Amino acid sequence: MTSKSHTTAQNDQPAEVHTGHPTPMTYFKVAMTLVVITAIEVVVFFFESLSYGIIPILAILSLVKFALVAMFYMHLKYDHRIFSTMFVAGFILAFLVIFALLGLFQWFI
Amino acid sequence: MWAFLGSDCMFFGTLIATYLVYKGKSIAGPEPIDVFSIPVTSVSTFVLLMSSMSMVLAYSALTRGRMKAFRVWLLSTVVLGATFLGFQTFEFYEFANHHVEVRCNDAATEWTDLEASLATGCAAGAGGAENITVRGFSDIEYHATGEHGPEIEGKYGLTPRTNLFGTTFFTLTGFHGAHVTLGVIWLMSLFFFSFKKGGVTPKRNLDTDLAALYWHFVDVVWIVIFTVVYLFGVFEGF
Repeated sequence: MTSKSHTTAQNDQPAEVHTGHPTPMTYFKVAMTLVVITAIEVVVFFFESLSYGIIPILAILSLVKFALVAMFYMHLKYDHRIFSTMFVAGFILAFLVIFALLGLFQWFI
Repeated sequence: MWAFLGSDCMFFGTLIATYLVYKGKSIAGPEPIDVFSIPVTSVSTFVLLMSSMSMVLAYSALTRGRMKAFRVWLLSTVVLGATFLGFQTFEFYEFANHHVEVRCNDAATEWTDLEASLATGCAAGAGGAENITVRGFSDIEYHATGEHGPEIEGKYGLTPRTNLFGTTFFTLTGFHGAHVTLGVIWLMSLFFFSFKKGGVTPKRNLDTDLAALYWHFVDVVWIVIFTVVYLFGVFEGF
């Protein structure tokens, strides 16, 4: 949704040409990556030998999926930084709220 | 839209935090390990991820002026979103009618707390009692000659009123489900507006872009819920 990407077309043709936006094939590749990561998550989940090691592994895989959707599908990678700032600020605040509440209820002890 | 999505991040953040704070604090009733079915939830997660792909392909088709492809992909997104809601309804129904079965001769160390609770009825069943009562359970049946020796089965449904896990789980996933429902209605309306002259056109694609952003947000929230609530939920000690 960058303002610079709007054209002045007056007919029914595409008015918004997102320059540098991915092709449908890229979207498909991202989707397949998401599916593979989800499959890895489920497989890793059944490895009992990993014990507590499973938590950082699953957290990182989840974060990678989150980032892929936000960057490519929500096109933050191609948009103005202000949109990323607004979304990431909310995301960071959400994390702070989670950790504050967990700390308040002595979850870490 | 980005400001709304940022604030919605905090909304779900508080719900996830509340779920984590009260996890393992339930006095009685089913826990995550008793009710979650990771294979089923993995399939519903796959469905939602695919709906995100079809949504982005719908928007891509629209910006390229391919209205027929746009409608096909948009309708696919609606169907996949409705399928996800179907999975969620099925899951909620299964939780509300959670069935527990215990082999009375198994070692107690193999039982979850809920199964151990039901197993206390084995003695009464072996003693010939007709109406076995175990706190919280209903429809209890004792089979003296089961396939693996004496067995006892009963129902302990999980609802928002059952325990803290039920309350926090249904609130979190229920609000996510409400977001998905709203998204399905929104996308459905875009589909119908695309047939109206001047409704949704390659030139007027901002409405679709905003709906797509909302839909992808619902997807990323589920990515977090699937990991934190379901996968971590079944992992003992988290």
